[in-house]
Amino acid sequence: MNNQKQINFTGMRKPAMIISIILMVVSLGALFTKGLNMGVDFTGGTVIEIGYPEATEVEPIRNALTKAGFDAQVQHFGTAKDVLIRITPPKEQLETKSAKDEIARIGDKIFTILKADNSNILLRRVEFVGPQIGEELRDDGGIAMLFALAGILVYVTLRFEFRFSVGAIIALVHDVVLTVGFFSITQLEFNLTILAAILAIIGYSLNDTIVVFDRVRENFLQLRKASADESINISINQTLARTIVTSLTTLLVLVALFFFGGEIIHGFSLAMIVGVIIGTYSSIYVASSSLLMMGVTRESLLPPEKEAEGDEDLEMP
Amino acid sequence: MNRYPLWKYILLVVVTLIGLLFAFPNLYPSVPAVQVVATDKNQTVGNTIVEQVNKALTEKSIPANKVDTDPKGKSLVFHFDSPDAQLAAQVAMNKSLGNQYKTALNLAPTTPEWLNSANAQPMKLGLDLRGGVHFLMEVDMTVAIDKALDRHKEEFRSFLRDKKLRYKGVKRVSDHLVVVFKEAAVRDEARTVLKREYRNDIEFLDEDSDKGFGLKATLTPLNIKNAKKFILQQNIITLRRKLNSTGLTEPIIQQQGLERIVVQLPGVQDPSIVKEKLSGTATLEFRLVDEGNDPFQAKSTGSIPSGSKLFTERNGSPILLKRQVILSGDSITNAAAGFDQNQQPSVNITLDAKGAKRFARVTGKNIQKLMAVVYIEDKYITTKNDDGTINKKRITKKEVINVARIQDRLSKRFQITGLDSPQESHGLAEDLRAGALAAPVYIVEERTVGPSLGADNIKAGFNSVIIGFILVLIFMAFYYRVFGLVANLALTLNLVLIVAFLSIFQATLTLPGIAGIVLTVGMAVDANVLIYERIKEELRNGLTSQAAIHSGYEKAFSTIADANITTLIAAIVLFGMGTGPIQGFATTLAIGIASSMFTAILGTRAIINLIYGGKKVAKLQIQPFWKGGV
Repeated sequence: MNNQKQINFTGMRKPAMIISIILMVVSLGALFTKGLNMGVDFTGGTVIEIGYPEATEVEPIRNALTKAGFDAQVQHFGTAKDVLIRITPPKEQLETKSAKDEIARIGDKIFTILKADNSNILLRRVEFVGPQIGEELRDDGGIAMLFALAGILVYVTLRFEFRFSVGAIIALVHDVVLTVGFFSITQLEFNLTILAAILAIIGYSLNDTIVVFDRVRENFLQLRKASADESINISINQTLARTIVTSLTTLLVLVALFFFGGEIIHGFSLAMIVGVIIGTYSSIYVASSSLLMMGVTRESLLPPEKEAEGDEDLEMP
Repeated sequence: MNRYPLWKYILLVVVTLIGLLFAFPNLYPSVPAVQVVATDKNQTVGNTIVEQVNKALTEKSIPANKVDTDPKGKSLVFHFDSPDAQLAAQVAMNKSLGNQYKTALNLAPTTPEWLNSANAQPMKLGLDLRGGVHFLMEVDMTVAIDKALDRHKEEFRSFLRDKKLRYKGVKRVSDHLVVVFKEAAVRDEARTVLKREYRNDIEFLDEDSDKGFGLKATLTPLNIKNAKKFILQQNIITLRRKLNSTGLTEPIIQQQGLERIVVQLPGVQDPSIVKEKLSGTATLEFRLVDEGNDPFQAKSTGSIPSGSKLFTERNGSPILLKRQVILSGDSITNAAAGFDQNQQPSVNITLDAKGAKRFARVTGKNIQKLMAVVYIEDKYITTKNDDGTINKKRITKKEVINVARIQDRLSKRFQITGLDSPQESHGLAEDLRAGALAAPVYIVEERTVGPSLGADNIKAGFNSVIIGFILVLIFMAFYYRVFGLVANLALTLNLVLIVAFLSIFQATLTLPGIAGIVLTVGMAVDANVLIYERIKEELRNGLTSQAAIHSGYEKAFSTIADANITTLIAAIVLFGMGTGPIQGFATTLAIGIASSMFTAILGTRAIINLIYGGKKVAKLQIQPFWKGGV
């Protein structure tokens, strides 16, 4: 049926699996030993971005803040004119009203102090997250992820079969662990936008996996003589061009976002770029390999009563 | 083969036109502006004010580019070139206009009239794009329970007295009340009547001690919930009023959950000023007016009669009030605007038991005398010392907002009359209800974006959309040739439709929202890639050009539907679980997926059918540029 070269993807599933497992172990190891460099969204604290009229040194700013009694991290942000100051809140519980008011005003105070030294500075951004809110955002993020996975599990089970949804989830967990692992190893800041990126990666990787699965189902029903192994391999090959082209166009816009989207969106686009690459790999190797490992065969998808070949249950618009 | 019915073309054209119409206003960017309204809501602002302001602006050489007048004369909007000019202009305008008019920083749309009449408006920009402050405030709810317990304590006392049930005392023990009786029989009777009175609000349990026979009264969860709800509502009203008086445009104040309030203030440049304003507490006092002395004389000579204090009315004139406070705002439990028997606007005030008793005594003795309502506000001013330490100073502002003649002996409920208009009575009732914050609030989250960063974000977001979009267009044109160009048309329409959707529903566009659009652009071509790859495959399988197009669209459809629905699930979960910025991303992603299904399947098919449908085609122009063809 096909005169194109077939790449034996399923034959390479053992080495691919070994690579995936090694990467997973490295990611999890990094997560447990180094953890994530959580941003104020999750730790609580204050971030102030200040724009100077000309390139400025970080050291004098740090000294001025230390003198005023602040334990602050100071670094350039994007350009040498922009400075990002980060302050982690005290660990102890805040009970009194004045203490609670005080901590919410750290940003204003720091700006006042620095403005006294240079009246031309601009307040570009203040983010203050109370300690309790940080905890809540962290929990909500985790819950969102679980809900997304559960919703997907249900849909894929309904449209395909339970083992397909397990295969999709394995691929998703693989992608999420590796992407989070990337943030752990590089110690890049992990904040709310990164979390949004990871949820978007779930959507993207799933999209990719579903396309392959859809073809697997079609081929299982059509290629009666082929083994499950062969059917899956043919399916991956048939969808390969699409997988690569779509990943390429998505990467094109993400690269545009990375270079031209500004500092704030930097982390988001980087996470997405990493996730799209991993997601493309996983929909080729991980998702389908898990189908084979779980012993999915032609029979698992056959409807109880015989249907006409190529019968599509969805109509054209 | 491959012909589309006419109605599909009509649908496509109509959708495209509607999309273009509603996306169009976004080509006219909003400009920095200053809005002028009269402090008194009944006053109008007209040409004289325009001339006055223009003169003041010309003196400072920051003339306004354009002035929008409201047909009802309620407001004037002056347009400026830059945020800097806008700020300078506001200062100049405030100086020139004085207290009778309020100014507010604003972003004015420059949408042409014909689009306005079609109700087409540009997208709203989020705080991260236009600059502004976002606060999440938490209300200290221990106060809610304290207040409820205090109220019930008073109520129990008078209730038991009315029922002639002798009790030894009512006291508060941590989170509940204990009523102690001498005799068990009285306690039992009290329990029965109290239970009947407070069926859903309070639970009563016997609790005996060496002091006597006790009755433990615990608030039910429902009662606690209602008390919290009440406090939260009170605080929202207070905050809204406080913010309205700051002259900010479009402040958004919303409840979030049971204990939190979200405050969003677009265009605010300095969050610290707003914080001072919000955390300052305001209250009311009732005092008798010293009618025997001349306040103007007292003010000019500086010799104030003993037993009196000099205050200022809102219109600026001095007034002498008695030193003794009859009543403070703490005693007011409710205030509502209404009309008296002569159809004059009035405010109905309800006091708590203690306040009512005291008020009845004092007013009974002072009928036909003037009583003043004093508005008191605490503010904190922060200054910096030479050594870099911060100095915080509390200042108290006192202002007489209302003077009225006491008509009768007043007690628990009374009316304040002598107001000029229903608007004034509504305002006063709101003032009285709002008064002080019902419970302290803490800022638990702040996100401030300065105007310079907002402008940078818009520019960066816009650039990345355009660049990403063009890269994809180029790639598709080279890789799929004629089919690629068709996909590009669909992609452009998709972008127009996303913008139109966001504009029609007046959704707020944020930076993550722009990221969502960019991502959608990348993913929207996926549907076309699926279809085109399928067509190529069918061609390789030996199908004719026409059959391959038909079969390619048909077979790809279920795959596209599956893939997009799963992504949609992720987007919906993101929206449901996420907060502001994440929701913005989810919204654009979901809209993008939905409209890409329309443009990529129906849209491209319509054009492909126009090009190839019903003709004899030897070769489809679908192969990459470097391969030539099939």
